[in-house]
Amino acid sequence: MVRKQAARNGTQTLIAFENAAYSYGGGELLSEITLRLAPGSFHFLTGPSGSGKSTFLKLCYAELLPTAGRVTLFDREVRDLSRDDVALTRRRIGVVHQDCQFLDHLPLSSNVALPLIVAGRTTATGDLQDLLTWVGLGPLATALPPSLSGGERQRAALARAIIMGPDVILADEPTGNLDWEMSLRLLTLLVELNRMGKTILVATHDLNVIRQAKSQIAARVLRIAKRRIQLAGADL
Amino acid sequence: MVPPSGASAWLTSFTSGAMTFLAVFAMALSLASGKLANRWAEALDRTATVRISAPEDQMAIQTKAVLEVLKTTPGIAEARALTPEESTKLLEPWFGPDLPLQDLPLPQLVAVTETGAGYDAEGLRQRLAAEAPGAVLDDHLRWRRPMAEAAGRLRLLGLLSIVLIGLAMAAMITLAANAALAANAQVIRVLRLVGARDTYIARAFVRRFTLRAASGALAGVVLGLIGVALLPAQDAAGGFLTGLGFSGLGWLLPLVLVPLAALVAFLATRTAAFRTLKRLT
Ligand SMILES: Nc1ncnc2c1ncn2[C@@H]1O[C@H](COP(=O)(O)OP(=O)(O)OP(=O)(O)O)[C@@H](O)[C@H]1O
Ligand SMILES: [Mg+2]
Repeated sequence: MVRKQAARNGTQTLIAFENAAYSYGGGELLSEITLRLAPGSFHFLTGPSGSGKSTFLKLCYAELLPTAGRVTLFDREVRDLSRDDVALTRRRIGVVHQDCQFLDHLPLSSNVALPLIVAGRTTATGDLQDLLTWVGLGPLATALPPSLSGGERQRAALARAIIMGPDVILADEPTGNLDWEMSLRLLTLLVELNRMGKTILVATHDLNVIRQAKSQIAARVLRIAKRRIQLAGADL
Repeated sequence: MVPPSGASAWLTSFTSGAMTFLAVFAMALSLASGKLANRWAEALDRTATVRISAPEDQMAIQTKAVLEVLKTTPGIAEARALTPEESTKLLEPWFGPDLPLQDLPLPQLVAVTETGAGYDAEGLRQRLAAEAPGAVLDDHLRWRRPMAEAAGRLRLLGLLSIVLIGLAMAAMITLAANAALAANAQVIRVLRLVGARDTYIARAFVRRFTLRAASGALAGVVLGLIGVALLPAQDAAGGFLTGLGFSGLGWLLPLVLVPLAALVAFLATRTAAFRTLKRLT
């Protein structure tokens, strides 16, 4: 409760990097990253394929730990988090993974409700159905993930990312395999969430999506170049 | 949350069943040999008899000599000459109460009680032969001592078997659990990503393996008990092999193997699960 208020007042740092670096074992993929996601902000993260966008997001939800410097989630350094702390932190960060990460043996509704289930919480069937309807998947609640189209999977992943009412939503190429119309729909959902107060970070290399978003909302663009992350100019 | 895992499920139930089936026999063996050891040890009772057959006029002298020898033999706690009435009573089962025993030349009996350490039977025999030629040391129950010891060992072996069976079961269930964990690596990864704690994920596996082990164990115990019950009944001579079985409430004893198997599975799976989870972020 205290934390929620702090977030609203803008005094809490949701995600902060301080001179952080990451290396998979070879040379550093990301170096000297210093940035801070302000509550309620909307950021895009761009860069060529292989530049480290997914890697950066993984640092943001503690799937990876920085190999140098500090990463702070909700005012706590990731290296100090116990395994249970990591689990609890992830409940406050909704992630749309690049490859969705569904459990293929469970129907869509269970996959979307999975964060609630593992947290030992229940949800009214009506709420779940409302959420599925909101992302346009109402009739597909009982479908198994492998039978869904790319766009349906992406929207289901977004639904799962927000079901816990997280403070932050990270989306890795959420429009990666969508046509323009579907990309717009998904973008609209993200913009709506941002208007509801969620902090949003979207990794994408689709400049059209970024332009479209900037016409609707004050989104900023972070660009990975030469292992560093810089705020892009207004040229986008 | 974890999909059913065919092979490891069967492996667990089967292993648990087979192992408890064996454990039931080990238990029966252990109990039967324990009973036998006690019975034989009791029968030994640390007593022996010296029988003196001598002409009537020498009887008193030889009895005195025998008692004297016994008194000075290390390892003998007590020696007492039986009264004629006591001797008669001992013979009753063989000759009936009506036989006029007083007309027969009865041997004099001396009851000997040894100390815990026991005595040197051969040495005693030689001294008796020298002091009282009519005296015979009858320690026929002595041969049972190594048997009683063997029975005691057998009981230990039975218990050891149960422990080994438990360890083997833990090893096999660990292998099965590791296989299941490896097969579900992606599921575990997704659960971690959406904020599941290790205990939540481990519980899914632990519950499954514990239940399987318990149900397998129940089947194994029932089959094992049927197997024991079908052994030939104990005969009057109390032979060892035919004495393999349970009696009365003892038949319920093997049921403790069910929670025991469940406990083994619980611990083995839990350990395996946490070891696997520690390696994931
Ligand atoms: N687990 C890993 N081990 C070693 N190298 C890795 C690993 N994961 C990613 N990499 C490498 O790190 C680099 C950055 O990968 P990353 O997935 O972050 O890129 P990306 O910017 O998300 O690319 P894309 O736009 O194609 O999704 C790539 O060269 C990739 O091969
Ligand atoms: Mg990527």
